[in-house]
Amino acid sequence: MTGLKADWASHPIFEGLAPDCIEIFARTAKVEEFEPRDLIFHEGEEADRFYLVLEGTVVIQIFVNERGPVNIETVGCGEVLGWSWLVEPYRWHFDAQATVPTKLIAFNARRVRESFESRPDFGFALMKRFLPVIVQRLQATRLQLLDVYDVPS
Amino acid sequence: MSPLELDHSTGVATGDPMLPDWYTVERVRRENHDTFTLELRARDGETHFAFLPGQFNMLYVFGVGEAPISISGNPAATDRVVHTTRAVGTVTRAMWRFKRGDAIGVRGPFGTHWPVEQAEGRDLVLVTGGIGLAPLRPVIYHVLAHRQAYGRVVLLYGARTPDDLLYDEELLFPPQPLSIDVDVTVDRAVAGWRGRIGVVTSLISRAPIHPDNAVAMLCGPEVMMRFAVQALMTRGVPVDRIYVSLERNMKCGVGFCGHCQYGPAFICRDGPVFRFDAIERFFGVREI
Repeated sequence: MTGLKADWASHPIFEGLAPDCIEIFARTAKVEEFEPRDLIFHEGEEADRFYLVLEGTVVIQIFVNERGPVNIETVGCGEVLGWSWLVEPYRWHFDAQATVPTKLIAFNARRVRESFESRPDFGFALMKRFLPVIVQRLQATRLQLLDVYDVPS
Repeated sequence: MSPLELDHSTGVATGDPMLPDWYTVERVRRENHDTFTLELRARDGETHFAFLPGQFNMLYVFGVGEAPISISGNPAATDRVVHTTRAVGTVTRAMWRFKRGDAIGVRGPFGTHWPVEQAEGRDLVLVTGGIGLAPLRPVIYHVLAHRQAYGRVVLLYGARTPDDLLYDEELLFPPQPLSIDVDVTVDRAVAGWRGRIGVVTSLISRAPIHPDNAVAMLCGPEVMMRFAVQALMTRGVPVDRIYVSLERNMKCGVGFCGHCQYGPAFICRDGPVFRFDAIERFFGVREI
């Protein structure tokens, strides 16, 4: 395995996928680079991509009127960025912004979704890989809500 | 003369455990808005205080009361006793007002210790949040002094906000990098924070360790440790190499009074450091 594919194909999210499924990703993968404060995606826009973080850090934000962007969590090197492309209506739920020089691999989500229609087994395999990512983020958010470091006096 | 002497082979203090010794506050350092570090010296100026990483003392503010506080100093620096704590109760609020030269009673050291010897030759991952870093700081001192004895050493630390971070200049963002990996996250960021945001458990999946050869030491709120244990086990860290430090209402320090009973154990005597599989069945029990 060489070049760009070597950067992502060994990631756990792709582990065990059939070679022809990997090829679906390979056909749509491209590197995107961002400078600090560059917006990667914007709430409400079509979620037509998803990413793996190769270098750098991305902050997930919600814009609140009169407060501005509120930082919710960061996604770092080796992590998956974006799951809204899997869930109708395929719109980003948050903003994502680079905090440092950041290099991502972007996959064309629309094409991957289209392939689910002819390859349901591929869709199922991918859901099994992305669902834990979503659950992990949900669990992390719940823990944040608990404010666990607040000791009652 | 200290009322207690530490038997290093067992980690158990011997002598009269109920008799406090008189120490003097040498230094008070404000760590953040509600957390502070006390540096204490024996009143005679000569007595040395030995302890093992993870143990605690009962600190007695004369006329106010006593509180169990973990020891957070360097185990090799036996000429002083160092404690970091939050001002959240009557006793610790009184300590917050301490000034150099004030007197304090010390009983200890008590309890079990982190298995720094058993971890030799392995990777070490320390997962901690908030004030939970204080009981693990002696481990970090020990590791740094015996660095060759360990593989990769990773400190994963979470706090509520950047203003709540402990030991930031010394351990988290030191001018000279330490020979361990440090990953810090906060639950809520403020303007200007360029680091990670999210709970500390989210750092575990990417920690640069070999899980099958790692020892994990956890200290922080129990709910944080509960999810951290799950994440460590998902990574493949064996349950018998995960250690947690528990906290309860400790009074006597020697397992007599029963205030800190936890199932069949007394946390002051059989803990505070437990191998997780030894207390796993009680860990999720409510109202224990």
